[in-house]
Amino acid sequence: MSAIEVVNVSRRYQLGSVAVPALRDVSLRIAANAFTVLSGPSGSGKSTLLNLLGGLDHPDSGHVIVAGQRLDTLDDNRLSDFRARHIGFVFQHFNLLPVLTARENVEYPLLLAGVAASERRRRSTELLDAVGLADRAANLPGQLSGGQRQRVAIARALALRPALVLADEPTANLDSHTGAAIIALMRDMQRQYQTCFVFSSHDAQLLAAADHAVLLRDGQLQAPAAVQEAA
Amino acid sequence: MNTLQLAARNLIRNRRRTLTTLLAMIVGVVAVLIFGGYDRNIRLGLETDFVRGSGHLQIQHRDYFLFGSGNPAAYGIRDYAQLMQKLQADPQLVPLLQVVTPVLDLGGIAGNFAAGVSRTVYGRGVDVAGQNQLKQWNAYRMVGLPQRSVALTGTAPNAAVVGTGVARVLQLCAALNVAGCPQPLPVHPQGSAMPADLAALPVVAPAANVGRVQIELLAARASGAPNVASLQVVKAEQQGVKALDDISVQLHLAQAQQLVYGQDTPQVSAIVLQLRHSSDMPAARARLVQLLQGGSQPLVVQDFATLNPQYGQITGMFAAILGFVAVLIGAIVLFTVGNTMSMAVVERTVEIGTLRALGLRQAGIRRLFVSEGLLLGAGGALLGSLLALGVAWLINHSGLTWLPPGNSERIPLLVRVAGEYGMLLATATGLIVLSVLSAWWPARRAARLDIVEALRHA
Ligand SMILES: Nc1ncnc2c1ncn2[C@@H]1O[C@H](COP(=O)(O)OP(=O)(O)OP(=O)(O)O)[C@@H](O)[C@H]1O
Ligand SMILES: [Mg+2]
Repeated sequence: MSAIEVVNVSRRYQLGSVAVPALRDVSLRIAANAFTVLSGPSGSGKSTLLNLLGGLDHPDSGHVIVAGQRLDTLDDNRLSDFRARHIGFVFQHFNLLPVLTARENVEYPLLLAGVAASERRRRSTELLDAVGLADRAANLPGQLSGGQRQRVAIARALALRPALVLADEPTANLDSHTGAAIIALMRDMQRQYQTCFVFSSHDAQLLAAADHAVLLRDGQLQAPAAVQEAA
Repeated sequence: MNTLQLAARNLIRNRRRTLTTLLAMIVGVVAVLIFGGYDRNIRLGLETDFVRGSGHLQIQHRDYFLFGSGNPAAYGIRDYAQLMQKLQADPQLVPLLQVVTPVLDLGGIAGNFAAGVSRTVYGRGVDVAGQNQLKQWNAYRMVGLPQRSVALTGTAPNAAVVGTGVARVLQLCAALNVAGCPQPLPVHPQGSAMPADLAALPVVAPAANVGRVQIELLAARASGAPNVASLQVVKAEQQGVKALDDISVQLHLAQAQQLVYGQDTPQVSAIVLQLRHSSDMPAARARLVQLLQGGSQPLVVQDFATLNPQYGQITGMFAAILGFVAVLIGAIVLFTVGNTMSMAVVERTVEIGTLRALGLRQAGIRRLFVSEGLLLGAGGALLGSLLALGVAWLINHSGLTWLPPGNSERIPLLVRVAGEYGMLLATATGLIVLSVLSAWWPARRAARLDIVEALRHA
């Protein structure tokens, strides 16, 4: 069963009078409950594709289906609600809210979804525990290391048990040791929470940990075989 | 963690900018409130002054206000005592009324024949007890406007109080101890005695001329030849407005009536009504109009603002200045908060992208920044009001004085901020509304940011 379907998607960026094709007629399926890595050289379109998968951006042609929902049929509000419900994000720069504590950051998606306070607290406790930060719940992001911040971000991404977690180069801002620990954690969480993780990465460690790999080059899928495999 | 809490934390996180913005707002609020308090004090001070002088409402002949000064005697109110009784017995009016007292105005010529000088004057006959009651009015608890008795209090029936200008022209300054009153150079060969034709007129009160300072007042009568009375001037009083100071003569009502009406039934020019509270004016006026309807005389009710046009002029001027100050400060607040919020939006672009990615709707982003504007406005309003109260207290206790227009004595410079809930509320509301408005545009811009672009923001 696939969590994501990408159907004939193209995305161009307009640079002055020149249209730069970032993705060219990409079609693929990404398996649910698996660990998929998007790889490819810099500028190949990994981030562009992830943004389309996450409903942060819209393709110029083609469409994306996430958890059975065609994203292009949603207006901005419903797309926002859809992201809140079904998609978790992990960013390269962690992107925690600086004025919220670790716990509050984890609870934020739950708050958006209208989860009751006691349930929020229960889940944030559980998640912070799972990422090994039970004792840092009251700390602000500024008081945490990069690795710790990324752990909080992972806990936040998983708070609502989304169908899909997207991570654009989640280890690029971490040293290789911490990066490895984060990868192990994500792998672990992916299994534990039975979700679909999709990454972009140059990181060989990540590639090795992945169930599936999708290779992009110049905005196109490199190995049709990989698509088959992912499907 | 609701939106307001989040907004508060963001404001606290950016302490310095928040404080600078608050400071600008506080200065603005203090300026508006202090000037507003000053305006308030002047407005109420003038009102108190006028209400003590001419009451809240006056019943007059329909044409008296416009034409009466030409011939006051011709526009008198007949049977005024009866009318006053009727008013004072009316169950609807009684709870509103403080004082009901008659006055009689007259035009005439005052002469100091000993010095061979005379001048046209405007006389006002008053009931001393009524006037003294009028002077007690202090509904606004004004400080520095003493509730003094009128100078005619306890004087002989033929006593008079003149304006210092009258004293000057009639060369009574020395006798009345008027300071700063130069003697004129002789312009004409001076007459030596009362002209024979004037001396031949019937003298109303010759027996009472016991005082040192005596003038003759020749007054136009309602009908027939003019009357003349010998008046004993007890005091020269500065009238504030020079035009008035130069012509004013105040005398006892009975004396004035004798002059104008002689042996005829006496009348008055106006019945002065003072209310307990100025806010009762519309009600009292409506009732008066009702009571006057169908009477045998064409009587109307005038309010103090109509009778004293300078009230409207002065308060209008202050209102215009206050409005100008408020608009200016409003504009500054608008730009300050707008700028602060714009900077916040730029600085927190990545955060905005993140929140959007996490599923916060555009409206949520807007709400977040508008809440920050709201909190800034509320904080500025609160702190500004508190500071304004403190500054007002300092000013009120500093012993500063000023000379209000139309006054002859310096009075304490006061600002009324404490207890002026309407003004405080209006200022606070205005500031908060402005803050929210000026946060609205940056908030809208934040909400419309492209998510991917926002997340890529360095
Ligand atoms: N906002 C943009 N405006 C113009 N061109 C863009 C924009 N974003 C991406 N591109 C272009 O689209 C192409 C794909 O970019 P993308 O960021 O998806 O690459 P990537 O695979 O994520 O690269 P990297 O590994 O360096 O992150 C590149 O040629 C890039 O220059
Ligand atoms: Mg990228």
